[in-house]
Order: sequence, then structure tokens, then C-alpha cells
Amino acid sequence: MIAEPPRDLIGQYGITLAEFDRILSLLRREPNELELALFGAMWSEHCCYKSSRRLLGALPKEAPQVLVRAGEENAGVVDVGEGWAIAMKIESHNHPSAVEPYQGAATGVGGIVRDVFTMGARPIALLNSLRFGFPDEPRSRYLLARVVAGIGDYGNCLGIPTVGGEVFFHDSYSGNPLVNAMCVGLLRHEDLVRSAASGEGNVLLLLGNATGRDGIHGATFASANLDGDGLDRRPNVQVGSPFLEKLLIEACLELLEKDLLVGLQDLGAAGLTSSSVEAASRAGSGVELEVTAVSRSETHMTPLEIMLSESQERMLAVVEPDRVPEVRAVLERWGLRSDAIGRVIAEPLVRVCEEGQVRAEVPVAALTDGAPAYDWPAMPGPLAGPASLPTDPLELLAHPNICSKRWVYRQYDQTVQASTVATADADAALVLLPGGRRAIALCTDGNARGDDPYLAGALAVCEAARNVSCTGARPWALTNCLNFGSPERPQGSWELRRAIHGLAAAAQALDIPVISGNVSLYNEASEGGARGAAAVAVTAVLPTPVVGMLGLLDDVERRGSIAFKAAADLVVLLGPATGPLDLGLEARVQKACRDAIGRGLLNSAHDCSDGGLLVTLAESCILGSVGATLEPELDYLDESPSRIVVSLSPERLPELRAMATGLPLTILGRVGGDRLRIPRVCDLSVEEMRDAWQHGLERFL
Amino acid sequence: MKFGIVVFPGTNCERDTAAAVEIAGGQAELVWHADDSPLQRFDGLILPGGFAHGDALRAGAIARFSAVMPRVMELAQTGRPVVGICNGFQVLVECGLLPGALLRNDSLQFRAEWVHCRVEVSAPPLTEGIPVGTLLYMPVAHGMGNYCEDERSPLGGETLVALRYCDANGDAAAAANPNGSAGNIAGIVRGNVFGLMPHPERAVSPLLGSVDGLALFKSLTRSLVAA
Repeated sequence: MIAEPPRDLIGQYGITLAEFDRILSLLRREPNELELALFGAMWSEHCCYKSSRRLLGALPKEAPQVLVRAGEENAGVVDVGEGWAIAMKIESHNHPSAVEPYQGAATGVGGIVRDVFTMGARPIALLNSLRFGFPDEPRSRYLLARVVAGIGDYGNCLGIPTVGGEVFFHDSYSGNPLVNAMCVGLLRHEDLVRSAASGEGNVLLLLGNATGRDGIHGATFASANLDGDGLDRRPNVQVGSPFLEKLLIEACLELLEKDLLVGLQDLGAAGLTSSSVEAASRAGSGVELEVTAVSRSETHMTPLEIMLSESQERMLAVVEPDRVPEVRAVLERWGLRSDAIGRVIAEPLVRVCEEGQVRAEVPVAALTDGAPAYDWPAMPGPLAGPASLPTDPLELLAHPNICSKRWVYRQYDQTVQASTVATADADAALVLLPGGRRAIALCTDGNARGDDPYLAGALAVCEAARNVSCTGARPWALTNCLNFGSPERPQGSWELRRAIHGLAAAAQALDIPVISGNVSLYNEASEGGARGAAAVAVTAVLPTPVVGMLGLLDDVERRGSIAFKAAADLVVLLGPATGPLDLGLEARVQKACRDAIGRGLLNSAHDCSDGGLLVTLAESCILGSVGATLEPELDYLDESPSRIVVSLSPERLPELRAMATGLPLTILGRVGGDRLRIPRVCDLSVEEMRDAWQHGLERFL
Repeated sequence: MKFGIVVFPGTNCERDTAAAVEIAGGQAELVWHADDSPLQRFDGLILPGGFAHGDALRAGAIARFSAVMPRVMELAQTGRPVVGICNGFQVLVECGLLPGALLRNDSLQFRAEWVHCRVEVSAPPLTEGIPVGTLLYMPVAHGMGNYCEDERSPLGGETLVALRYCDANGDAAAAANPNGSAGNIAGIVRGNVFGLMPHPERAVSPLLGSVDGLALFKSLTRSLVAA
């Protein structure tokens, strides 16, 4: 062991002085530089959630349908009936996307796809949730265009449909865009794979890409603010190859189908370090690695660089020694490399060797359970809140935060796998389950409207569940991505805490388990903070909890859609005309909508959110190519929650009333004609509304 | 009747295509690109969509050198149908079974949307029994679908335009062209070899938005019964 105390290096590995003392007490000696780097990676917020772990305990994680709970594995898994299960997770790739938007976004998709097929699931859908500065800024337009191209090129090549998502613009995201990618996979219950590195003597096979210097320190990079230096950190960003990933998916699913693997783990943040430590930790075992056995794409790489590399498209497989030839035969057929880089050992240690010489030896538990957890002091502070929306109806429909995101989604293959029933311009996407009678509903939602982070958390859950309910599907499980500024600022800590409480309260009230998630902190940029210059001011992103929702639809023939269908149908508001969030009411409105769709009462159902009733009604008209005439004088721009606009044949109204007993229900008017007429608000043709709404974003690009 | 569905590394529509063949009453078997054994057991071949070899160099440029390709050419010479969909069309153009080239979309962006295509030829293997002028509603999803004619082998000779992008009224208008292809060309046919950019295998059920693609697969299986 190297005896030289590396205290001068600790900052480089994102370790504080207090944490260094913790390492000393865990090891009962000084770590060498490689060991320090292992701690730095494993103790980064990205890997150990040290600033959020305690808060996340508030989220409801249990439900009968949950097969793999949040935090247990790479992705959560729920039963969806008939022997099928869904694995899903959402994850951020914010910092890399701020620096190199194309590769940052592409590798974000690659990472989340690996998390899902690692579970033995075939990826069947992708979604994404994006935040940028307002598109009147050239850099925001550049980031939008490159992020969208990166997501599209990666997912399209994999043959996984991108079926939904959202894009929202606000100045707080100018220096720090948010790129959250979600993947959904389908598997049979019996095919569920664990990532544990169990069985002493089993071989660790590293599959896929060669290891280079790309992305070294990615995990610590993701856990720091973006300052002027941040933009010079392009070497911290990985480069993706969707082609290689596609081969890895097919090869790994074939290996799993042939039952050749003991465990499977993807290499994500902190590369080989976190994947081997996590796999060992889950099995209660240890691992011994030989770094010179790792195929490298660059010369003279040190053990430290090999252990921390975040080269993409790599998987770690745990294989019984006598199965290795069979495994290699499958991999060779797919043209994939496999290196036997180590083995499972009984002692619960991570031992890193270089040509047989031990370079690092650390107890697994010190790296995982030993990680610190912080309760940062929290204090409320003022929130900017989004700029208000225009009140002119056509300007409102053309506003980048309201208009159709066609410019974005037409770059994403939405129909590959031939199972997409509904996609963009729907409240939630519908993807058929095998058999073709049942479907899953999917959407992502974030809400930065509230000036209270609690509401941002609660509304993200409510809106996502409401969107799913508008298709007729029952909300079944959710995944979440928490995008916040630094928790080390009292306001940042308060925002995170409040948002998690809101999220937890809504998930509990709507009875939806949280099955996976990701926390992205330090989403801050310093203005004018070019390298060497003093930072002028730090801008944190609006508190942005994002929810990815899974719903289950039993009969896809009975599904809800946004479009008005038939002239003379009644337009009815389900839910209050206005009012604060009431979680009990929210749950009952959603249930009434689902039940009404299930009984075939409704011809359309559309969630009311940004832009209020006016936008909801206009979208139902545009997508149905039919007008509507409304009667009551209401505030049509009010954005109160718990509201759904439905249309139905007048003779079904008594049935709807019976079903919605005790719920506010307002008859708004009738479908018909080719204009949307609202007294004192608007009288517009469907075509002029369509033109404003469909081309709103393109006007900037 | 049995179709071989050729799978290259990076192909991603093989399962959808096999399912569509089966819905149309045929059988399908996947054929691996490295397999150089004869393909005579098949009544026809389909090269499905995807990103063979990650579209390295040019879409289809590497796939044409696969071990399976001489066997594909051999089968094409017997007169049995060979159909290329999207990336498969790109491979057929690269290997010379069809003339012309597929360039990057004029938008320089990937395009994924539903399009109308007008049937220009009513003949085997894919459009037999579908009257000229019929509009088919199918999705496209590609980055390189901008068809460019080869002057040495002009269309109208033995190679015919089979499908053109058009609007809902059947006009082959510029606004209805998703990729800038010459003459709004969406598909071409030379005898028994057919290439098209739209994805008929994704338009095989009302739930998916259209059954028009199924009409093409039915024509394909029907043409074999007749032969």
C-alpha cells in the first residue's frame, strides 16, 4: 500500500475533509489514491444519494403489484398481469447535456435502456422530459436541437419507440438544461434477473465496448455545480454508440433466455467501480478485479482511469466458470468483446489488482453502507416561478410551453415495434401488451407552476396520474426524477425536502407505488462565471420533480382520447371550476373519468393543465377537427388541478352524473361547427387555432 | 408459403415484419446475415427496417457485403419476390438490385410521421390487386429516404415508381414529401424486386392507426399462391 497521505487530492475526488475522516475510521488506515477515487465515486450524490437518501424514505414504495422495489436493483419492476411484468426507470443526464448536448442526451438514453434490459426486460418504450431556457436565446435553441437529435438518433437506432414526453422552457434552465430519459421494458415474471455477483469463483465478464478515458469522474462531475469550468469539461462527457448498444441488448437477452448468466449489471456512472461494488453488495460477497484484463481503447491507462472510466455500452456479467465458453459463443455471434476481468470472492472486499499486484482493497460495505447521509439545513426562499402566459388565445396556443411539440417528436420513431396505439398529442401514450387486448399507458409530467415546491411535487404526480386516467388506464406505478439546485444552500435543501413531501403525499393519496427514481442535484449555473472570472450570480433551476407514470388499461377498445368526435355531443367539465389542490377530490375525479371511459360513456377526455380550459378545449377541437360552443362565463385561463374536460352523447349524461355523485360537474356546451366559441373569450376557426398551435415552436427554430 | 426475413446486426424491424407476414397468412423465418447457405427453401425474402451496422458509412453500405447477400441476389434471379422496407430498401439500392440512391432527408433531420402514399403500379409482388390511385396510410421513420434517380438506369424502363407520397387528396404535393425524394417517390419496383421507405408492417391493425400496410402483405402472399 502507498503510505503517502493524499489529503491534497481529496477535493479532486469530491471528498470533503469530514468525509475523509470517515474514510480513515472505516479503513482504520489512510487510503491510497485509487482507494480514495473509489470512495469519491461511490460516495458521490449520483451513486449514494447522500443528500436525499433520508428524505426519499418518505416515498410510498410498497404495493401488491411491486415485484422489485425502488433502490433494490437497476430498475423497479411491477406485475401487469397474465404473467407479464414491466421494468421502468427515469434518469437524468443534465450535466453532460449542458456541456455536449448531442452526446449527453444520447448517452442518457443509452444508460437508462441498459438499466432496464439488465433486469431481463426487452425495452418497449422510451419517454423524455426536457427543460431549456426560453427559445428566444440562441444557445437554448442550439441545446434543444442537439438534445432532440441525440435522443432521436440513439433511440431510433435501437428500435425502441419514443412514445411520449414533454418540453418546457424557462429562463432558469438557460445555463443548466434538464434531460430526463425514461425507459420501459417488458418481461415474463420468470425471466426477472438480479444483478448480484454471487457464487464464489464465478467469473466476471465485461461485455461490449472497450474502456477509454471518456467520462472519468462523471459521477463527481454530475454532483457539482456547472460553472465556467463546467463547460470546459467536455472530456467528462461520454460518447455513445447506439449500434453497439443494440447488439448488447440482443446478446444479453439471448444469454438470459438461455439461462447462461448468474447476474447482470450495467456500467453507468462511476463505471466499473459502481457496477462491481453494487453487484458485490447485493450478493453480500466480494469481487477481485484485474485491470490489465480490461480491453482498453487508449494506451497507458492507469488502474484508476480504468476503474472510473464511463465508456458507454458496457455490461458486467456474472458467469459460472464452466458456462463461459457458451457465453462467449453467443457474444461472438453478435460480434461482441468479452473480457474475463475478475471473479467473485467470499470476503466482502473490492480488490483491484494490476498484473496480480493489489492496488486497492476496500470493504464493500465501507463504500456502500458506509456512505455518509446528510440533512442539510433547510430554509424557505422566494421562487421565480415561470413567466406568465399570454392571454390572447392565439398567442397562448402558439406559446412554446403550450403549442404542439411536433417539431420535436417527428424526429423520434414512435411506431417501431408495431404496438403504439396512441403517442404524441395524447394525454398519455398507449402501448399494446402481448395479446393485443390490454395496453399500458405512459407519460411524464413535471410542474414548475407552483411557487411552492410541495405543490410542484404533488402536481407532478397528480397530472401524470390524471393524464393516464384520461386514457381510461389505472395508474399502476411511478418513477421519479428529482432535479434541483445545490442542497448545500438552505433554500435548495428546503426545495428538495418540500417537493419530496408533496410527491409522497400525492402518491399516497392516489395509491401509486414509487418503484424507481433518480436524484439530480447541483443543477445550477453561474452567470458570467467564465474561467478565471469571479462568478456573478448563481442561478438554480426551478425545483423540477418529474414523474414518469405507468397505467394499465384492460380493454384497449375502451380507451379515452383527446379529440372531440361527434357534433352535438355535450362538453362537460369533470371537477371544480377553480380551487386549490385537494388530493381526495383529485383521486375521485380521476376514478370517475376512468370508470366512465370503461363503461363506454365518453367520446373524449382531456386533462386540464397549463393554459387552463381554453387550451384544453382548443386541443380537443384541433385534434378532432371540429368546433365547439361554450356557454358559462368562467375563467378559462385558470389552471386549477383536478379537472378533466369530457364529451359525450347527451343521452349518456344521467349515467355520468350517477357515476360522478358528489363531484363538481359543469355542462360547458356542445361540440359542433368549425369554430371554438367562448363568450367574451374567443371566436376562432379550428384551422387558425391549428396553425398557431402546430407551428408555435417552429417559429423560433 | 414461407418468407425469409434477413437480419443484419442493427436490424430492428424483423419481429414486426414477421408478425405482419403471419397476419397476412404467410410464414416467416429469420435469416442471419452471416449465413451463406442457399435460400431456395423460401418463397420470397424481406429485408426489414433498422440500422444495419449502425448506418456506418451510408445506410446499407456495409450490409451489402454480408455473406447472405449473394444468396439474396441468387433468389432474386429466380423471380421470387424480394422486398426491402426502409433500411432494407437502402440495402437493395446499395447492392444494385434496385437503381438509384437514398440520400439524407432534405430537412437533415430524422422524420417519423404518418404519410399517405399513392399506388402507381398495380402488379406483383406488393401491389397486385390494389388499383392504381389507391391511397395507403402508413408511417415513415428514416433519416435517409431522399430517393435520387440513377441517370444510367432511368425510371420508367424496367424500374417503375410504385408508390408516391401525397396528401390526403392524392396530390403528390411538395408539402406531402417527408424527405425531398425526387418526384415524391416512396417506393419503386423492378420486376420481382420492390423497395419502399414507409413501414407497412406498422399499419396492420385499426388499433395501430391503419390496416393499409396489411393490404401490401396480403398482395405479397397472394402473388405467391398465384405463382
